[in-house]
Amino acid sequence: MGMKKRTGSKCGFFSEIVTAFRKGSAYTKLSFLVMGAGQLARGQIVKGVAYLLAELAFVGFMVFFGGYYIGHLFSGNLGTKLSGEIWNEELQIFEKIRGDNSFLILLYGVASLLLIALFIVVWVSNIKGSYQNDKKIAAGEKVTSFREDWNTLLNEKFHFPLLTLPFLGLLVFTVMPLVFMVLIAFTNYDYAHTPPGKLFDWVGFANFKTLFSLSGGTTGFAFVFLRVLAWTFIWAFFATFTNYFLGLVIALMINKKGIKLKMLWRTLFVLAIAVPQFVTLLLMQKILDGDGILNKILGTNILWLTDQRYLSLLPRVMIILVNIWIGVPYTLLMCSGILMNIPADYYEAARIDGASPARIFFNVTLPYMLHITTPYLITQFVGNINNFNVIWLLTGGGPVDNLHYGGGSQAQSTDLLVTWLYRLTTDRNPQYNVASVIGIVIFVISATLSLITYNKTSSAKREDAFQ
Amino acid sequence: MTVTLSKIRKNASNILVYAVLSVLGILWVLPIAYLVYTAFRVTPSTGIINTLFPSGLRLGIGNFTRLFGDTMFSKWLANTLLVSVCSCALSTAFILMVSYALSRLRFRLRKPIMNILLVLGMFPGFMSMIAVYFILKAMGLTNSLLALILVYSGSAALSYYICKGFFDTVPRAMEEAAILDGASQPVVFWKIILPMAKPIIVYTVLTSFISPWCDFIFVNTIISDRDKYTVSLGLYKMINAEKNSFNDNFTVFCAGAFVVGGIIVSLFMSMQRYYVEGVTSGAVKG
Repeated sequence: MGMKKRTGSKCGFFSEIVTAFRKGSAYTKLSFLVMGAGQLARGQIVKGVAYLLAELAFVGFMVFFGGYYIGHLFSGNLGTKLSGEIWNEELQIFEKIRGDNSFLILLYGVASLLLIALFIVVWVSNIKGSYQNDKKIAAGEKVTSFREDWNTLLNEKFHFPLLTLPFLGLLVFTVMPLVFMVLIAFTNYDYAHTPPGKLFDWVGFANFKTLFSLSGGTTGFAFVFLRVLAWTFIWAFFATFTNYFLGLVIALMINKKGIKLKMLWRTLFVLAIAVPQFVTLLLMQKILDGDGILNKILGTNILWLTDQRYLSLLPRVMIILVNIWIGVPYTLLMCSGILMNIPADYYEAARIDGASPARIFFNVTLPYMLHITTPYLITQFVGNINNFNVIWLLTGGGPVDNLHYGGGSQAQSTDLLVTWLYRLTTDRNPQYNVASVIGIVIFVISATLSLITYNKTSSAKREDAFQ
Repeated sequence: MTVTLSKIRKNASNILVYAVLSVLGILWVLPIAYLVYTAFRVTPSTGIINTLFPSGLRLGIGNFTRLFGDTMFSKWLANTLLVSVCSCALSTAFILMVSYALSRLRFRLRKPIMNILLVLGMFPGFMSMIAVYFILKAMGLTNSLLALILVYSGSAALSYYICKGFFDTVPRAMEEAAILDGASQPVVFWKIILPMAKPIIVYTVLTSFISPWCDFIFVNTIISDRDKYTVSLGLYKMINAEKNSFNDNFTVFCAGAFVVGGIIVSLFMSMQRYYVEGVTSGAVKG
């Protein structure tokens, strides 16, 4: 596997097409219109027919389906005609109905756009292939046979067969939904504008203004947003570091010299991983319930998960404690793995210098651990920002705290951004538009943090380091 | 003198560690013990959750017979097994393919693709859930197990990172030798890299096998027929559907959780060695 030569700069992509058009043969020029012409004329039948079929399928799709939606998507509004038969069409959004359907226009429009992008890639490769053939013939060589192409696909271009299927999955189930939801952030798609009964339309940055401008006062969206954001960060900080340090301490204790039955201790904690998270969380929720077993045993009447006093302090603390129970086994596993790999020389040197165990911990173990696990910590932090399950199953985002959280925003006191987003999309009065903006905010936060990690560790640069 | 003193100190500190470990260990085991205990508790339906040792307490397997007889648990179990086996096979294949391509092959779009995958992974999954639902609906796939399989494995490529980290550490010398001997890339992938990647494959299989057993949010959105539930949604609905369902079904819920937990425990136990190896080799490297 030698170095592959880099072909040109970034604009090489387009300049290649232009050169192909200027210098290419008549067949290559024909390929711009009739895909596969350059291949068919040179006897590459399979390739040529495949290109031609791809073009026919694409044109057919555009004429009979995609064109309509793309046209609507770029017409400046997402439909104008209201459906006249809402009452007997309820819920059957995908039946062809008379009026326009903003939702379908947007969804199918995005799908068609992605298809166009895919088609352009195929189209370009068709032209390039034909131009390659031109060059080969000019140099007096033979064009590649099907067998040779096949071999290239299995060797120099092995990444093609490897990546195609996984990326198709990504395109349909990740990219398309994401583009769609990002676009929703610029519309007024909410409970008052739900197709097919009603239409929604582009509103520019209005939703961003709703979420970020403080004009609504203490119960407005912006104020609530800041509260939820603050709690999201506080939660992520405590959830990450309590797990990390407790896991590290327990791992150190189990690994300590002279401690017997290491396997038993480890299993004791790791057992918690075996119980599915949602079971643990539901169980904890029932244990901590006002009528739950914990209050019965203690003979108290504490509302562990629903006490609203002091900004719902008690529920917040309980969430973090339960999260320790769930998360520590994982960090314990990881830390004990790394601890065993700390070079023994470090400890030897420290002991010869007469360092105390505490000093060894703070000057050898901890720096080494932090150095190795910084990327892990930041990923955990991002994961906790998006930790839906713990909050949703324990408190459901509650308790409802009408004093501080406005009714319109639907946020509750232990809501993270994600659970708030989820509530906004699944509530009886959904506000998909605001939810999308929140999603974008979450993305910006996670992206910033992850890029910091990525650059800090720059593992991308050192991916050969261990070979 | 000093020797015995340090010995005493060492013993004292060991005793302290044992004490702390015991307390913490009990704290960690108690909820599980409570779960197991409740699963085997057979008493009249009322008061079951808020009394630990009621009078007339009976232990038995009544909850399990109720679980398999009165509820659709066995059907849910079969559904989950089907979904997790299929999605696990697909996701593992996808992850291995993507990580191999991004780790061992060199091609022009490699770096941009890695960056795009990184960015895609940063969007919260819930954000697009509604859109995914409508896409599935447009495909006529809602309310089917196939939809679940597609959703679980469709975005598998995003979690290529750990596996790629592992592939990065495999020495290049062997595959270079094989290529000099005339082996093609598929042969290198299949015969050389995959056998060496056993821990990471087991890790990937295990994590992707288990995720359908734990997810209920996506199932909740996509599936509405009771006979198409997976165990997680079934158990969730069992105690959260109606006001009184909790009191009535809590013991049966615990029995179900016990069964699911048992399956996962046995999986982990048999694969623990590989799992730990996989986590530590791929996840954390300077």
